[in-house]
Amino acid sequence: MEETINKKYIIGFMDTEAGKIPKVPTALNIVDKWGTFRVRWSFNRMGYTVTPGIYAVGNPNRDSLVLVSANYKLSFDVLRQAIKGMDAYIMVIDTNGINVWCAAGKGTFGTSEIVNRIEITELKKLVNHWNIILPQLGAPGVSAYEVKRLSGFSVIYGPIRAVDIKAFINAGMKASKKMRQVRFSIYDRLLLVPMEIMSGLKYILWAAFITVLLSGFSKTVYSTTTAVIAGAHSVLILILAYLSGTIFGPLLLPWLPGRSFSFKGGILGLLLFAILCVTGFIGKNLIESIAWLFLIPAINSFIVMNFTGASTYTSLSGVRKEMRIAVPLQVIFAFIGIVLYVISRFI
Amino acid sequence: MEEQKYLKNVVTLEFYFIKCTGCGMCETVCPHSVFEVKEGKAHITERDLCMECGACAKNCPTEAIRVKAGVGCAGAIIMGALTGKEPTCGHSDDSKKSCCG
Ligand code: SF4
Ligand code: SF4
Repeated sequence: MEETINKKYIIGFMDTEAGKIPKVPTALNIVDKWGTFRVRWSFNRMGYTVTPGIYAVGNPNRDSLVLVSANYKLSFDVLRQAIKGMDAYIMVIDTNGINVWCAAGKGTFGTSEIVNRIEITELKKLVNHWNIILPQLGAPGVSAYEVKRLSGFSVIYGPIRAVDIKAFINAGMKASKKMRQVRFSIYDRLLLVPMEIMSGLKYILWAAFITVLLSGFSKTVYSTTTAVIAGAHSVLILILAYLSGTIFGPLLLPWLPGRSFSFKGGILGLLLFAILCVTGFIGKNLIESIAWLFLIPAINSFIVMNFTGASTYTSLSGVRKEMRIAVPLQVIFAFIGIVLYVISRFI
Repeated sequence: MEEQKYLKNVVTLEFYFIKCTGCGMCETVCPHSVFEVKEGKAHITERDLCMECGACAKNCPTEAIRVKAGVGCAGAIIMGALTGKEPTCGHSDDSKKSCCG
């Protein structure tokens, strides 16, 4: 079912010496767009794939360029849109449906897959030249000189962003410095927000459940009514903390003080705490207020720390270093917060 | 705010100047323009911008660069610590937050 829907982007076939090659358009149809939207919101992200192989855009011939893509449908769609009006081949390699950069980091967008794919697709028979263009972000997984040695094809690293491909080709396969640098603009970060929100939903539901349970305690008895009423208010604060971390963490990232993400998150949490105090959301019970003073920064610190994974400039060594300090602090803060919260129930 | 900077002095990037032939591959592949070729040799411009992606080392034909490549992803490090493996992004659990957007 999914398969037939996904294949809607094939508009025909062309016969070549390397066999029948599916043709794809450079504009997205409604099915493609719906798929993109769903993927942005984390639905079926892992199953959004394109069958590996060669695809034709326009009417390519034996001299046409060969552009390499991951078999993540989003990557493929972005690429074909970017080469509107060109005649070219797209060689989709098997990265288990993962985007170029992550797949390169894992090595699935890598030397051996490329060399194998060149063999399987009989690329030699298809074109007269010995060049393939790879997205620059594939470089962590690919060794250009190894590909050359093993397959005979020279790897040309194209620009990072598919939208720059035409400019790159027109400049005689030269990328400007800007085309070679990853960015992490507010727009890039905005696109990641939906995924951030979806990613921790499971945990926040659990946290909400536990909060409601804990809220039932009082000096005299355990009351389920109190649990629900007082709990609802606390759950709301919890949700606000979660949303602040997942939305404002990414968006305000460069403006939050410090370099370590967990620190930035902690500050964001303090900010939210201050806002909630000023607006009277927090503050009716002193001990509970102090509990939130510990809990909210701990939550936000953890969430923003996890955003390192989506960022484009954090190193493994760096994240390890910040985690060595941040994680114990987050645990201590959360622990103190929970203890104070429970104590506040009995006062 | 073009280039956002991460922690200082943490990366494992090493460059062996003598081995470099100035081919320019590192300059081409680095997503943070850490390398720049001048007068026939590569030079490190700003080491702290390195994110340890490993592209330069992997593509340097003379092995003039060494870096312990990995993903700068807290989620992956947590998963790695729990499973006792090296951190990689996007472990099988697809609801997990991952770098693989
Ligand atoms: S890739 Fe290696 S040999 Fe080429 S310029 Fe860079 S360091 Fe020098
Ligand atoms: S490891 Fe990546 S970011 Fe660091 S210098 Fe090499 S190519 Fe640049």
